[in-house]
Amino acid sequence: MQNVMALFAPIDFVNDLLVRFLNLNPDTINFVVWPLIQIGLVVTLVALWVAYATYLERKISAFIQARLGPMRVGPWGLLQPIADGLKLLTKEDFIPDKADRWIFFFAPYIAVAAAFIVFSVIPFGPDWAVITDVNIGLLLVLAVSSVGVLALILAGWSSNSKYSLLGALRSSAQMVSYEVGMGLALIGALMFARTLSLSSIVNAQGADSIWFVVYQPVGFLLFLVAGIAENNRAPFDLPEAESELVAGFHTEYSGFRWSLFFMAEYAAMVVVASVATTVYLGGWYFPFVYGLTEAKGYHNLYVFISVATFLIKASIILYIYFWLRWTLPRFRYDQLMDIGWKWLIPAALINIAWTALTVFSAQALDVWGKHTIERAGGHLNLTAAGKGFMIVMGLIGLVITGAVLSRINWRSRDFHLKTQRRNIRLVDVPKGKPAVS
Amino acid sequence: MHQVEIATTQETLLDTPEMVLNMGPQHPSTHGVLRIVLRLDGETVIDLDCDIGYLHRGMEKIAENRMYTQIAPYWDRLDYIAAVSNGLVWVETVEQMMGLAVPPRAHYLRTILTELNRIASHLLWLATHALDIGAVTVLLWALREREEILKIFERQFGARLTCHAWRVGGMPNDAYDDFSADVQRFVNNFPKRLDEYETVLSENRIWLSRTVGIGIISAEDAIAIGLSGPALRGSGVPWDVRKARPYAAYADMDFDIPLGENGDTYDRYLVRLEEMRQSRRIIDQALDKLPDGPVNAKLPKIVKPPVGDYYHSIEGPKGEIGCYLVSDGTAQPWRVRVRPPSFINLQALRQMCVGHLVADVVAIIGTLDIVLGEIDR
Repeated sequence: MQNVMALFAPIDFVNDLLVRFLNLNPDTINFVVWPLIQIGLVVTLVALWVAYATYLERKISAFIQARLGPMRVGPWGLLQPIADGLKLLTKEDFIPDKADRWIFFFAPYIAVAAAFIVFSVIPFGPDWAVITDVNIGLLLVLAVSSVGVLALILAGWSSNSKYSLLGALRSSAQMVSYEVGMGLALIGALMFARTLSLSSIVNAQGADSIWFVVYQPVGFLLFLVAGIAENNRAPFDLPEAESELVAGFHTEYSGFRWSLFFMAEYAAMVVVASVATTVYLGGWYFPFVYGLTEAKGYHNLYVFISVATFLIKASIILYIYFWLRWTLPRFRYDQLMDIGWKWLIPAALINIAWTALTVFSAQALDVWGKHTIERAGGHLNLTAAGKGFMIVMGLIGLVITGAVLSRINWRSRDFHLKTQRRNIRLVDVPKGKPAVS
Repeated sequence: MHQVEIATTQETLLDTPEMVLNMGPQHPSTHGVLRIVLRLDGETVIDLDCDIGYLHRGMEKIAENRMYTQIAPYWDRLDYIAAVSNGLVWVETVEQMMGLAVPPRAHYLRTILTELNRIASHLLWLATHALDIGAVTVLLWALREREEILKIFERQFGARLTCHAWRVGGMPNDAYDDFSADVQRFVNNFPKRLDEYETVLSENRIWLSRTVGIGIISAEDAIAIGLSGPALRGSGVPWDVRKARPYAAYADMDFDIPLGENGDTYDRYLVRLEEMRQSRRIIDQALDKLPDGPVNAKLPKIVKPPVGDYYHSIEGPKGEIGCYLVSDGTAQPWRVRVRPPSFINLQALRQMCVGHLVADVVAIIGTLDIVLGEIDR
């Protein structure tokens, strides 16, 4: 019991305040008040993060496109997200005449809820910087985020518009296909972590002081691609493909409800970035931080720096998302399905098989006396030789995955696009009789 | 024909009812107020029907009640993306009917400015085409270069988009002082920018998969439908009015015609990019050879072409834009008929789209490079 209590214990000075002014008993503080404070903080911070992600996206796209972006509201347009939010809040709440009112009404809330619930298990930092650490954390993330597709289908269906319907059907097909790839891509990393608890995954990377992206380059790339598709972001933004389907599933939405969808999209993006950070980029860990703060007794400083590290890492992944969106054209629906089923899922399966083989051969080498494994209980704790072996095998895995994928897709049309295209030729046609004398 | 094939393959599958999707007239990527009624099986296009006329202004009828000199501004608003090219058809038709000798300087300036306009029009095509396929950034990049051309237009004509560029018999005024320097600067910078677009698109796998093999039209079909401009040359037909019946100063210019081979969207994309390079080449030559002298011919008080009819066409950015003019000897034309390239190119849409997906319809509309102002007139 003492152990569990320690997990939920609030920061000391918050605890002191609660005891002194409200005279609460420790159980109430630990299980009711402190979690509520945490939830409030996380929701506020994530909402702020989401709002400023839109600002950042606009600034980054402006940077890519040789323009300035928002500059009018506040210095450098910093208050733009707030102005946008106010504008959307004060707009007319419009529900189309033939729409299914209640479903139309509730769909945005499902989208937002699905995106925000995931943050309950994301470890932003060590100790008190995580709301709860359930031992099926990663599974919960996948399960809850897949509820998001329900909101899209309901929104598209209830709008009673053909564009919305097409968008909803596309999104359901897309999210279902890419969820498979996403789940499979994560398994490779789990073989090293040997746990689904997100905090323990981070700890596993910290204890070995090596990030799983080094062991799992294939898995990391697959997860990023699947994550973009899962979030309906360009180049996989077919459900809301503006040039074809006007706005896809949220064509008929406006005002506050539309902004909820918008928030859900960005929150889902933050979720994927957070999960990628947690599983592949070592979560809140950064070299030397522990030695400079925690080891010298500055515990809270350590936590703050860790949270900042986490946010920066996740933001780098978000930047990659923005970058791709403003650089690449959009896939077509059937090509998207091709990529999902003929590239992503086979690649994830190959990665699983190869990682299993790698881990198994590391163990076999250890048995034969090469000393690759430090300690096999819990996560895989490797020696320097073991780490080197894993890294080399990970890179070989990259090559093997590429080779097998090109063999699988050898006969598909898109694989030989560059030979199918023709170069133009320049001809100098003899001039005819001038029309002008 | 296509339609029957698809229907038979679908019978073996589940019974799925067709859906009629009304695309436009308010749709982000029908390039104006074009309405397309799509019959879809899932996302596959079974049939489509274009509904036009949302921008009809009765321009040809209006022309019957205006003086010859007054009609010219109406022509600028046909293909409003390429006002300078369109205006040229009208004045050249009238000039040739009257047998006016336009001074060479005017011919050279016309060549330079229409080629600049061709580049501007192709840049806007590239911008919107890329936007339709999802490459948003190319839009801003292409508009940045177009802006340079529009600045030159603004200084020369006083307007950026709806330039009333020409007068019967020449030009309203000579080129402004820094004209040559401005155009030369643009000509020098432009190739780098074109290469930039190519790095983003030409080798891009997604771009290739969205354009290669999409909207194929064979050379025979292209001729049968009457396509013209890049849409025709993309299918490999070497037809360019600038070469076949040189007007303005094109007879003195040295340039090549780019020809595609597959007749697909990618070929038309490459053809247009190469056309921009060739246009740049023409401008460069014309600037070097630009003669001195007046820019206006001597005109009678009232422009009255002799009784008769006359057809003249030029190579506009969208295709062969022509003017058929019937004069009864009065100060107003008896009949004016436009050969609108966009209208005729649009007829290929059904043949190109059937069997493709909804997303390809958007790409194919983009590759045809239509302007509704010209289709509806």
